[in-house]
Amino acid sequence: MGATDKLKDLALSESGFVFDPYTGSTFSANDTGRKILDGLRRGLDRDAIAAELRQGWDGVPDDLGRDIDDFVLLLRRQHLLPPDFSL
Amino acid sequence: MSKPRYERPVLIRHEAGLMNKFGRVQALRPLTEIDGAAVDELVAAYGSPLFVFSERTLVERARELKEAFARRWPRVRLAWSYKTNYLGGICRIFHREGAFAEVVSDFEYDKALGLGVPPDHIHWNGPYKTDAALTRALAGGAIVHLDHFDELAAAERIAERLDLRPSVALRISLSVEGVPEWSRFGFHLESGQARDAVARLVAGNRLELVGLHCHLGTFIADVRAYGEQARKLARLANEIRERHGVRLGFIDIGGGFASHNTLKEQYLPGTQATPPFSRYAEAVIEGLCELTCPAREQPLLVLETGRALVDDAGTLIATVHANKRLPDGRRGVVLDAGVNVLFTAFWYRHDVVPCQETHGTPEPTVLFGPLCMNIDVIRDSLLLPPLQVGDRIALRNCGAYNVTQWMQFITYRPAVVLVGDGGRHALLRRCETLDDVVGPEQTPPWL
Amino acid sequence: MDGERLTIAVTGLNATDNPGPGVAVIRALREAPGFAGRIVGLAYDTLEPGIYARDLVPDVFLLPYPSQGIEALEARLRYIHGRIPLDAVIPTLDSELPSFIALEGTLSELGIGTFLPTREQFDLRAKAGLPALGERAGILVPASRVVTDVEALYGIHREIPYPLYVKGLFYGAALACSVDEAVQAFHRVVAQWGLPVIVQTRVDGEELDVVALGDGRGGLVGALPMRKTWLTDKGKGWAGVAIRDPELEAMAVRFMAATRWRGPCELEVMRDRQDRYHLLEVNPRFPAWVYLAAGAGLNLPWATALLATGREPPPLGPHRVGTMFVRISLDQIADIADFERMATAGELGGGGRTG
Ligand SMILES: Cc1ncc(COP(=O)(O)O)c(C=O)c1O
Repeated sequence: MGATDKLKDLALSESGFVFDPYTGSTFSANDTGRKILDGLRRGLDRDAIAAELRQGWDGVPDDLGRDIDDFVLLLRRQHLLPPDFSL
Repeated sequence: MSKPRYERPVLIRHEAGLMNKFGRVQALRPLTEIDGAAVDELVAAYGSPLFVFSERTLVERARELKEAFARRWPRVRLAWSYKTNYLGGICRIFHREGAFAEVVSDFEYDKALGLGVPPDHIHWNGPYKTDAALTRALAGGAIVHLDHFDELAAAERIAERLDLRPSVALRISLSVEGVPEWSRFGFHLESGQARDAVARLVAGNRLELVGLHCHLGTFIADVRAYGEQARKLARLANEIRERHGVRLGFIDIGGGFASHNTLKEQYLPGTQATPPFSRYAEAVIEGLCELTCPAREQPLLVLETGRALVDDAGTLIATVHANKRLPDGRRGVVLDAGVNVLFTAFWYRHDVVPCQETHGTPEPTVLFGPLCMNIDVIRDSLLLPPLQVGDRIALRNCGAYNVTQWMQFITYRPAVVLVGDGGRHALLRRCETLDDVVGPEQTPPWL
Repeated sequence: MDGERLTIAVTGLNATDNPGPGVAVIRALREAPGFAGRIVGLAYDTLEPGIYARDLVPDVFLLPYPSQGIEALEARLRYIHGRIPLDAVIPTLDSELPSFIALEGTLSELGIGTFLPTREQFDLRAKAGLPALGERAGILVPASRVVTDVEALYGIHREIPYPLYVKGLFYGAALACSVDEAVQAFHRVVAQWGLPVIVQTRVDGEELDVVALGDGRGGLVGALPMRKTWLTDKGKGWAGVAIRDPELEAMAVRFMAATRWRGPCELEVMRDRQDRYHLLEVNPRFPAWVYLAAGAGLNLPWATALLATGREPPPLGPHRVGTMFVRISLDQIADIADFERMATAGELGGGGRTG
């Protein structure tokens, strides 16, 4: 199973509601979080995800990479990404 | 169309018992000003962290207290409890409102005198009064509350030496259901010690017994405790009158009323759990109604309310220094103010409000101070929206005990300002400097 | 039949094995012949089971927890009222009552009626104040002590012999047979419900229960006495029967007269072997078994809704003695989309204003 395969099977709705069909766990993501999840599912790399965020939102901080890494850490903690995954 | 404003990405797991997105942050507007003074302007002028006191709140609380009791009892006096907050400016406000001073040490006594309080407007409590202090107090005419038999004897010796017949009160300790007993202070009622002390004082015939004092404890949210206390003091006063013919000038019920803060072990927030002054007053007066003396001889009621008057008036402004992700998934925020200045964080869940508009999903957050110690936690887990480095937050209800019990540890103690009417502001105490801290140091000559 | 078109909000949808009263209150309202309106459920957690009983509660909104303070609750109730104009709200949980009592005036200005005890009445019946209340109302109350310090437990047997109950201020009670158990129970209760803790004598006998409604002027609108016929291992009544017990009803009358209680309450009573009645606890809201009252012909939730909206309830007749309730557990089928809406939007249904 590829590193992001599990992400692809997540049910991800417009509202930011996330359902993991393997564990039955559910989560809420905000819009930027949803965008990153979506980017990861499409196999985008860090720069491409950052570019999409910059394109879609105003007031994106210069150190956006940190926020993305922090979010990936959250996904790893929730076992939605393998422990050794990094962007 | 304009793009939405960026929010830090978050993912929150749904867990039973924690699934409620309507936390306090949603309902609260940011605190951008205090009585008309902009928080940004205050911090620009005096730095961060910063204690800000509202003169209006201080005056309102003092008047509310006074009125709640004065409506029910003919003669009421407030004696401002210095230890709760003895910044000169704060004390001045209470004295302007007619308050006497309540002190528990030489230092506080001097402080009160320095503020122009006449000695006979000072109640002196506490278990430790040196002979020198007692001499000064008795000679000056301060109202000394005797704490133990050794002190009673010392007071008699001094009175003899000075050839005076000073007026004194006795501190009584008594037990009230539901309140941990502070039996180490004063003469114990139920064991008969208090009666012995009265008999001994009257027989000694050197001191004039003018009052009874009792301070039950602190942050007592159950008004019935005060009803019970007042009833017991009233019965003791009746007994003293019958047995010794002594007519007491005052009954002092001490301090201890709860402020609008929330204790860590409290379920409901203080805004809901804390009774208004009027309910304390009702309970106290109901107890005092057991006094059997004629109406015109009814003693003065003295209040030493501390935290309930000043807590609500103080706000600590702190600045976000860093954000971090903790291994358990919570967000950690490092502030420039820690338990060194906010001592009360050890027992309160202080109310936290951002001082600017925030955007984004609230997350479980821990607020840390700047110290290098694990205990430096200002709030353990609360829901907060994302905070940026440089953002400010306000910790509310910080007015009691912090600016007296704060610690000078690895850094300087911050400035304290007063906001008056129309938003005008001025320092109550400036931020410390290196000289303030090293000034008293000396170098041994062989170093 | 043309009933009153009222929109009534009800809290306490936590229909778990230690159920909140919300679902029972809602069922009672729905069955009142005079009711032809809309029910809005108010919940504190996305997983409160009653939320998913869509046939009973088509509209549900989350409320902020009581520990979030009054401002948050007021803001949320204003929002809900904007979505679905409410005529009345019936809170059913002890821990939320202080906030609703504090908001009574604000709600009334908004046109939302309540029928609640005053804060003084609420405090008077607090477990800590029960002995004083008993004295005032001429009702026997088991000896109890308020404890704020675990140290106090070491000598407690001198006043209250073991076994004794260790109780939280709002909820929670544990029987302790020794100091060790009492200390353990103390810490458990404090961790969950905070200080103070109440230590109470255990009275042996038959457990009885009354649900009652006071008119706020010292009178009793109605009271239904019940004997629990089956208890769960947690001591919760799982079945019970409406009885006729003049003594119990007289106690309810005395209670109302002494406190001038306004709104619903539950009196938990023990009849000892000498046939004396001891008042163990007063809960300032409906009990979870209140549906029995409606079933026995004494629809107290409906009477409360009428009083909350300034209407006079019809005289409540004698109840049908012998009516039983038997609680059953059944599994609702829920759509994850409903769960999603609760988790993300904090509401379900909420469409359209009533016309
Ligand atoms: C003798 C005395 N009076 C008054 C107070 C003020 O108490 P509070 O701040 O709880 O009102 C204290 C506080 O310890 C005290 O010891």
